[in-house]
Amino acid sequence: MPFIPHTETDVRSMLDAIGVEDIDGLFDEIAGGLRAGELEGVPEGMPEMAVNRLMERRAAQEGRPLCFLGAGAYPHHIPQAIWQLTTRGEFYSAYTPYQAEASQGTLQVTYEFQSMMAELTGMEVSNASLYDGGSALAEAILMAVRGNRKAKSKRVIVPRAVHPHYRDATRTIVRNQGIELVEADFDRSTGTTPLEQLDSALGDEPAAAVVIPQPNFFGRLEDVDALTDRAHECGAQVIAVANPTALALLSPPGQWGGKGVDIVVGEGQPLGIPLSAGGPYVGFLCTRKNLARQMPGRVVGRTVDADGNTGYVMTLRAREQDIRRSKATSNICTNQGLMVTAATLYMSIMGPEGFERVARHCHANARALRDELCAIDGVSAAFDGPFFHEFVLRIDGRPVTDVLGDLAGENILGGLALEPYYDNLGDAMLVCATELHGEDERRAFAEALARAVA
Amino acid sequence: MSEVPSDLKYTRAHEWLRLEDDSVVTIGITDHAQAQLGDLVFVEVPETGSSLGAGDAAAVVESVKAASDVYAPVAGEVVGANEQLDESPELVNNDPFGEGWIYKLRVENPAALDELMSAADYEAFAESEED
Repeated sequence: MPFIPHTETDVRSMLDAIGVEDIDGLFDEIAGGLRAGELEGVPEGMPEMAVNRLMERRAAQEGRPLCFLGAGAYPHHIPQAIWQLTTRGEFYSAYTPYQAEASQGTLQVTYEFQSMMAELTGMEVSNASLYDGGSALAEAILMAVRGNRKAKSKRVIVPRAVHPHYRDATRTIVRNQGIELVEADFDRSTGTTPLEQLDSALGDEPAAAVVIPQPNFFGRLEDVDALTDRAHECGAQVIAVANPTALALLSPPGQWGGKGVDIVVGEGQPLGIPLSAGGPYVGFLCTRKNLARQMPGRVVGRTVDADGNTGYVMTLRAREQDIRRSKATSNICTNQGLMVTAATLYMSIMGPEGFERVARHCHANARALRDELCAIDGVSAAFDGPFFHEFVLRIDGRPVTDVLGDLAGENILGGLALEPYYDNLGDAMLVCATELHGEDERRAFAEALARAVA
Repeated sequence: MSEVPSDLKYTRAHEWLRLEDDSVVTIGITDHAQAQLGDLVFVEVPETGSSLGAGDAAAVVESVKAASDVYAPVAGEVVGANEQLDESPELVNNDPFGEGWIYKLRVENPAALDELMSAADYEAFAESEED
């Protein structure tokens, strides 16, 4: 079969069959004023060789900066084997196939992904993935409100220390569904969400859920046990937003407080997925067994066939949109298949020990970097207390954007200016270090920063 | 043709109602409906105490191939739900008119029940739907 199935003869015979003069005739229904006409600013096509040359020039312009920018997307070492295997023809599909059970290998990978994510988060069930961390949080909130049949509350407490983009995405997705998002502020000296702020956000009204980030947007570790218990005392469900690398070291959300959280979501990009200008990434969502039917998306289960052979099947699909239409649990009818494959391979190649070593290196490098940078005059840590692979610096004497501009001039992405997201933190920037940032990289950063603030 | 007990009332959405006293009815889905759905894997029963309008979605029956709503045939307050279905949804398949009942409703206006179908009407209706 040719790659382009419609030859001119095919098109002609199809048009003749329905009695239409030409392709444009198919769009007669649409009034002239509504048609886009010629697209402006779209250049002529280019031959492949010219495209290659153009792209190489553009790539050279971008350079290979030393990246200390985290804020939700983290540079990590990705072993070659992961994408070598992920892009094999047998796996190379963005989606779960429509005739799912015909692709046992794809289903098995998804099943392994779910098993690993459930183990990492300490939960009983995982879905087959969602688009990204931000939309996963929105789905978790919709799920918590659906599951909250007794109190019927539509209030959800979202700390300001949750990633600002996650809060934006969530607001966009849930605001027309009558859900009220209530902010809980963070403490200016610790950068974490104190119990008193949770209490004042909760007030006397019932709430469907409380969101708890770990680590939070500032890299700070929240007092997750106390926050979880308080939320449960008030009859609210708890949604954890967790970084998967941090979970290699920290206690899993399934064990927070007396009862553990109810839903865990997060961004799976740190698991072997390159930064690639912001996507595609992969969201994860894990929960307890008794909430499985409120869970968005799909789940792959393991079973046996009539002859007793192990087989993998798509399960709990009856509540998806293609079957339940407007009454579906969500509009998610697929998963991030390719990213799930990469994440699964990453976790299996690393193994629990290797993954923990990555997390320890991240932590050690971030601590060393913070000490080295804070030794520079005019640079100080904005918050006290434990953090994971990310921290906030305060700069005295020069605007942060100027400092970051100077660093960029030296081919260093020094961090994220927080002013556009938080109006009262002053000249502050969020800086990240992972296992990629050893002594040489940190020294280059510290020397450039010293020049920039001098 | 599937079983259609003569002492019950029926709806076009394939629910049956049994009048327990002056105002309380027990509601379930018919033998015909369970056969169409296939093996049920989950039944979501309504909260006791919630009030339903006529035509509101009251429960969800989920089989391996579909999840369907069970509607309130008349307005009323839920006064009981079959909690056994949580563990054993197959009761609806095995005994749709007995142990497979779904919920009990205190009817707001008992006269509304007169509008529902008799066994003979339902039998004819279900047959005509199959054609």
